Amino acid sequence: MHHQLFGIALWEPYHFQFFRNGIVVATIAGALCGLLGVFVVLRGMSYIGHGLSHAVFGGAAASAVVGVNYFAGAGVWGVWSGLLIGRVARRRIIGADAAIGVVTTASFAVGLALLNRYGQAKKSIEAVLFGSVLGVKTADILAVSVVTILVVAVVVFTYRRLLFATFDPDVAQVSGVRVSWVEALLMIMLSLTILVTMRVIGTLLISALLVIPASISRMLTNSFARMLWYAPAIGAFCGFVGMNASYHLNTSASATIILVGAVIFIGVYAVTGFRGRSRIASLHHV
Amino acid sequence: MNREALVTCAHLSCAYDSSLAVRDVDLTVSSGEFVGIVGPSGSGKTTLLKAVLGTVDAVHGSVERKKGLRLGYVPQVESVDWNFPVTVIEVIAMTRSSNRLWPRITKAERVEAEEVLDRLGLGGLADRHIRELSGGQQQRVFVARALFHKPELLVLDEPTSGVDVRTRHEVLHLLGELHSQGMSILLTTHDLNGLAAHLPRLVCLNKSVIADGSASEVLNSAVLEMTYGAPMEVLHHGGMPVVLDHLTSHGIGVQSFDAPQHVADGVN
Repeated sequence: MHHQLFGIALWEPYHFQFFRNGIVVATIAGALCGLLGVFVVLRGMSYIGHGLSHAVFGGAAASAVVGVNYFAGAGVWGVWSGLLIGRVARRRIIGADAAIGVVTTASFAVGLALLNRYGQAKKSIEAVLFGSVLGVKTADILAVSVVTILVVAVVVFTYRRLLFATFDPDVAQVSGVRVSWVEALLMIMLSLTILVTMRVIGTLLISALLVIPASISRMLTNSFARMLWYAPAIGAFCGFVGMNASYHLNTSASATIILVGAVIFIGVYAVTGFRGRSRIASLHHV
Repeated sequence: MNREALVTCAHLSCAYDSSLAVRDVDLTVSSGEFVGIVGPSGSGKTTLLKAVLGTVDAVHGSVERKKGLRLGYVPQVESVDWNFPVTVIEVIAMTRSSNRLWPRITKAERVEAEEVLDRLGLGGLADRHIRELSGGQQQRVFVARALFHKPELLVLDEPTSGVDVRTRHEVLHLLGELHSQGMSILLTTHDLNGLAAHLPRLVCLNKSVIADGSASEVLNSAVLEMTYGAPMEVLHHGGMPVVLDHLTSHGIGVQSFDAPQHVADGVN
């Protein structure tokens, strides 16, 4: 017998192997993006996440055309462009955002052109842009798990350096933190995260998964340490609920995951805003 | 007391892109000293400070630091992101980052941090978010962080810029106290009357060193005109030099001894 909620067979999708794979990857990916998203949001580098996912798209297309393994090809491409972006972003002579826009969208265009020319264009482009649950394999579960373990280990063991370099890079440098090293590490983690989550979430929506859970957690707490707990939890929740909902609503998995996040964002924004306003209002009555 | 050189700049020149920000500077800061670098905006104060800290490279000449010199750096309050989600104790514990693997703040660290906070009159504020503090408290938290690093030389960039009069007094008082306890201090300021006039040693900088000596030696109209490129007068009030720029002394008249910003800025 199946559990029913409002007449919906909640367990139904779990009969499919592809869904079971998809939900594991989506939940872990949500947590992973949530965790790294804290650094992305606090450093004000949301556009880097966006640019990086477009750059990785180029790598994915190139490796598909050349016939190299996705993780190897797009991985090398992604890490390399991540480090390049990090370098460009540090030099503040001409607008770093513009430079990054050029580099990453050029990479994106290369990817599109390659797929048009050599790929089974329409199908694969759509899969890479919007993500595809059907394409999730055991290798994806393994990849996202390995990267998550790696990222969690790095965040735990370099926590204070990451915090210091994020909050106050100049003073961190003087106090003996190798800031450029920390920044490179962050860009590598970000590239790897995008690499392993892109097949489910897709190029276009991945930056939202980096930004939304972290922004929600920022509204909920003033503590950096607590943000690092809240954001992955919210991200995982979005991934899990979004995947389930997408099956029943017959909508795209990645879009539904992001929509769940957006709804939570709006709710928390409204509630914390209301609380703030009522606190100010109550001051007038004292 | 036997004074040893902490930092020595010899014929130091630094550049941004193709223009020299600091030219042929000789400067030695020894232990127990309290030195202020003054000069107009764009005079290379911050560049010189960064060269001392080691974050800007010399294009010519050299900066020698005492072997293993521990620096405590307090950045400008205006450069801090006050919305960043950190508490006072988290800010202070950051400096122990290079030799710690586990993120949690240990009991011993907490006790030590609270001692520093008490010493700076910030007792009981350890778990407050940095935005919830007053201007003076915010400034002192960053001094506390620098002290937690156990520095031999405390370096401050414009400690009174962007703070109100009361905070400025607090900062001046605090630095004086630290200096009397033996701390060596190097700072930049463009606040001539509010801060510089109170320091035992001033270095007037306009790309290169114009003058280097005590406040009474350095704060005179000849040196200041060369430093700021504008005519300035120096009065004496209660044994303290008070700097007036041309506009104030001839046009609008003396308004206040709490230097308005344009007096200190000179060439704006």
